[in-house]
Amino acid sequence: MNFDHWALSAAIFLPLVGAVLVALWPKSDETSQKSIALITTVATAAVGGYLLLHFNYDHTDKLQFAVNRSWIDVINSRYHVAIDGISVPLLMLSMLITVLCVIYSWDHFPEPHNPKAFLVLMLILETGMNGTFCAQDLILFFVFFELVLLPMYFMIGVWGGANRQYAAIKFFLFTLFGSALMILSFLALYFKAGNTFDMVELAKQSSTLAHGTQLLIFGGLFMGFAIKVPMFPFHTWLPDAHTEAPTVGSVILAAVLLKLGTYGFIRIAIPILPEAAKSWAPWIGGLAVIGIIYGAFGCLAQTDLKRLIAFSSVAHMGFVMLGISTLTSFGINAAVFGMVAHGLITGMLFFLAGSIHERFHTRELSRLGGLLVQAPRMGWILGFCAMASLGLPGLAGFWGEFPAILSAFRPAPGLNEGLFRAYMVIASVGTVLAAGYLLWMFQRTAFGVPKDEFADAHIHDLHTPEYVAWVPMLLLIIALGVAPAIIFRVSDGAVQMVANAVKAVGA
Amino acid sequence: MFFLRNAWLIFLLPVLSFFVILLVGKRLPRKGSEVGVAALGASWILSLGAAIQWIGRPVIGHGEEAARHAFDRNLFTWFQMGSVKVDFGIHIDGLAVAMLVVVTTISTLVHIFSLAYMEDDRRYTHYYAGLSLFTSGMLILVTAGTTLQMLLGWEIMGLCSFMLIGHWWEEKENSDAALKAFFTTRTGDVGLLVGISILFFGAGQTFDATKINEAALKGEMSHWVLLMAAIALFCAVVGKSAQFPLHTWLPDAMAGPTPVSALIHAATMVVAGVFLVARMYPVFFKAFSITHSPINPIAVIGGITIIIAAALAFVQSDIKKVLAYSTVSQLGYMIMGLGVGAWTGSVFHIFTHAFYKACLFLGAGSIAHSGSHHSFDMKKDMGGLKDDMPVTFATFVIASVALAGIPPLAGFWSKDEILLGAGKNGYGFFMVVGLVGAFMTACYMTRCIYLTFFGEHRGNAAHHHPHESPVLITGPLVFLSVLSVGAGLLNAPGVELFKKWTMSPLLIEAHIPEHAFSIPTAAISVAFGLAGILVGYLWYWRNLGPHGVTERAKPLHAGYTFLENKYYLDRLYTDGVVGSIKGPIARAVYWTNQNVIDGLVNGVAWLSQRIAGFVYGVIDQKIVDGMVNGAGWSAEEGGSILRVLQTGRVQQYAAILFGAAVLFGASLVLFTR
Repeated sequence: MNFDHWALSAAIFLPLVGAVLVALWPKSDETSQKSIALITTVATAAVGGYLLLHFNYDHTDKLQFAVNRSWIDVINSRYHVAIDGISVPLLMLSMLITVLCVIYSWDHFPEPHNPKAFLVLMLILETGMNGTFCAQDLILFFVFFELVLLPMYFMIGVWGGANRQYAAIKFFLFTLFGSALMILSFLALYFKAGNTFDMVELAKQSSTLAHGTQLLIFGGLFMGFAIKVPMFPFHTWLPDAHTEAPTVGSVILAAVLLKLGTYGFIRIAIPILPEAAKSWAPWIGGLAVIGIIYGAFGCLAQTDLKRLIAFSSVAHMGFVMLGISTLTSFGINAAVFGMVAHGLITGMLFFLAGSIHERFHTRELSRLGGLLVQAPRMGWILGFCAMASLGLPGLAGFWGEFPAILSAFRPAPGLNEGLFRAYMVIASVGTVLAAGYLLWMFQRTAFGVPKDEFADAHIHDLHTPEYVAWVPMLLLIIALGVAPAIIFRVSDGAVQMVANAVKAVGA
Repeated sequence: MFFLRNAWLIFLLPVLSFFVILLVGKRLPRKGSEVGVAALGASWILSLGAAIQWIGRPVIGHGEEAARHAFDRNLFTWFQMGSVKVDFGIHIDGLAVAMLVVVTTISTLVHIFSLAYMEDDRRYTHYYAGLSLFTSGMLILVTAGTTLQMLLGWEIMGLCSFMLIGHWWEEKENSDAALKAFFTTRTGDVGLLVGISILFFGAGQTFDATKINEAALKGEMSHWVLLMAAIALFCAVVGKSAQFPLHTWLPDAMAGPTPVSALIHAATMVVAGVFLVARMYPVFFKAFSITHSPINPIAVIGGITIIIAAALAFVQSDIKKVLAYSTVSQLGYMIMGLGVGAWTGSVFHIFTHAFYKACLFLGAGSIAHSGSHHSFDMKKDMGGLKDDMPVTFATFVIASVALAGIPPLAGFWSKDEILLGAGKNGYGFFMVVGLVGAFMTACYMTRCIYLTFFGEHRGNAAHHHPHESPVLITGPLVFLSVLSVGAGLLNAPGVELFKKWTMSPLLIEAHIPEHAFSIPTAAISVAFGLAGILVGYLWYWRNLGPHGVTERAKPLHAGYTFLENKYYLDRLYTDGVVGSIKGPIARAVYWTNQNVIDGLVNGVAWLSQRIAGFVYGVIDQKIVDGMVNGAGWSAEEGGSILRVLQTGRVQQYAAILFGAAVLFGASLVLFTR
């Protein structure tokens, strides 16, 4: 048996092993705990590297590195993990972000410190995230999807800001509520479509379902995923969770956790229920563009740097969902790209917001200013990320945004073209508003001269862990922007298959 | 073929220069400027080489039908989705070559000029990095073969204009101007995104500009699709090329360093919009039935812009603002020219205008550098500088005359072609607009020269000793003034080389009319220009005319105030549009978010807590448990449990609940094997 067979399981469970090791390590020896966490995440990433090297890029629509063993026989649920072109970019993102988060945390764990518990949670999170992107069985997917919830809950609830309790419980209950409906839909699929939880099998068998049943089941899935994305009007947990979460928590939340929702749409909801997806698409697209505009307005009203970035996620995920709602290969490709791009860019913005907060002990925009004077490198990186976030061509954000807009011009056959063209124009207007809130934020934070209260403060420019954690992300933002084929080449094959599944159900 | 094949080097060199300057610039002996100058110099030589090889390319057809086929080269596949393959490559034709030469020439001179002008700047290195990237943006745009690549160049320029206009970002005024430029052009860019999308599908899933143009000419796209696409694209043009009503960012952009103004307003950025129309001309030509219908939005917007901007140039006391409004007005000519079917005239106007406008801007820089002690206020800090700065004076006057359209200087030939096109293609009214504009142009430039170079020294010019600028500054001025004199002859009657070089098969296919030089038209246009100069001369030098009338006559005073306030457009945008979006609208949305949507969420949570409290405290503890335990429980204890629930420890219960669920799941796994 070669490593191909073990690779995915290693990628999923190595962090869990690391978590156990850290948990068992003596509490006083922090350096060793941090080293174990770093080694584990790097080793996991190395497995990711192995996967990348051995992935067959000519057949990205095929499930690769598959393992399919019996697990819970009584409900016919199997341990089925595999990856295709849609999972790969997200799995890599998850692995990369976790490593960088461990590095970033190295010297400054948020209050009340306790690196041991913090690292354990981070490693459990990684298992959950990696598992979700690999699972090909609904129950397995659900377990990983839910596994993510608890560590993040504690991260916010223990290491968060002043209002952390409220934010943590809101995050928890909101997501749990969606999950409840999602598992109901999973069960309905099981009982109505062939007593299996296997996603591939279900995609083949679901066409036998009555249209009404499909619609209902899709509705349950929609709630589960839409809350996670989050889509308007289920987004209100997000600004609170982000604002209160510790920096690393926000980064993981924005970079990876939100993608679990959008990924769910592409991996589960659409391929299994393409017919229902068509009926739901206009509504999803509508909520997506409302989210784009609404999120942007929300941003413009903010006075807190971190909360502003949090609201911008609502807008950006709106573009991702718009792409998905067109049910075309262009749109879904854009969505996959948009997920990775948003992960890198917004992740970076949260890192920056955290570092700014650490230096100035405030995130109030009205008190900040002149960052370029006091910490020029950090200031320019902020400017760079703002530009990337507003979708400047040549940087990663563009390739999530523009193809999504483009695809709305001609959605999948059977969808209302006029409606989606209206969405296209509204989404384009959203790009102007994005420029508005991002540059306005940049102007308030970085331009000008420092306010009197900080005029004499000694502000340290980038620390080493910040450099190490950020440079890979910045380079990736440029690389993906210049050579979008890096992702499109991987995602396209698998996305075509999803789009074809939609086409197959006829107009 | 070396230069044509490798024309991609022309834009790659400035990109590389940007990264090199940014990474190691500060450690170099000349702080990175040497990298910028060297890269641009090399690009300039490559562009000239490309131009020579382009001219040497075999001509297909003969007489009026003679044209050269564009040189296309795909460098690599940018990305592929399904059957749609998008290449990254270069598309070199006469238009691209002309633009390459203009852009690299002006940019090289600006780079050299800045060596002296920006010498002691606090961010000299950043400045050069910005200049390089800016230039590369324009070069990417003009060599692009696909609309997507055009968008790339287009937005890179947006970014760099933001960086360079806000170069001195310590002052809020400057960063405001930078934001304004970015927002305004970005507002227009909505049209670009939409327009590119429409054309992509309209022409059968392609970004290829040539294919799109051909599809438009062959009628493969319905007129409705073409019209929508053209209107959308034109919105972007209005933003980028500072046409009415989105011209307001351009005068504010003067907040940037002067050489940047020269670069933005002469050769890059603002002519990007004009270039876009010229590049996608078959689309616009067909969509708006140019030359076949009496009126179209391109001509109207261009015409309005000519007049309203020229009028504003009269009330400025800042020399750079005069030149800024003059640029807006001249861009109006280019746009109007395209609107009336004078393609060659408009493109030629980009070409000639670049030289004399760059000369004027750099001249203004030279004055501020050595004559008026960093002030641009003509009324307060200049006057009588002609003897102190003879070279600057001479070049400034030459460029002004070229701008005013006096033969045989450059501006005359290109403007004349636009007016001729308007007259011959059935757009008589727009020809009149152009003539009135010519009169106004000549007149405000005369005013500008008088205030700057004649009369007494005032303010800074009196207190600091004005002197001529160093050769690094005057050199580019002289070079540009020579081009301002000579560039127009390239397309003079009998020569018409520019037309031959830029003609493309697509334009021939589209039957875009070309007209022979007409002496009456030229005579009228010269007469208007001379009249403008004469009126200016009489008013300022001879002090003739109703001076002070705007103070005395009420309606005139109102008109003056209207102009001074820039037609109140800024107020409308800043306070009206932006203010309301940023203020009341954003706040209202956020209020809804916090109170309605989130209120609902919190309401549900509150209700659930209440119900849970009731179920646990009353039903479970009192009724169910009460039945079991009898009446052993006191009311206080039930109450205290209720309090625990209400004081926010619910989440711990939720956590425990979840933990239990996980255990349940685990046991399910273990026991079902």
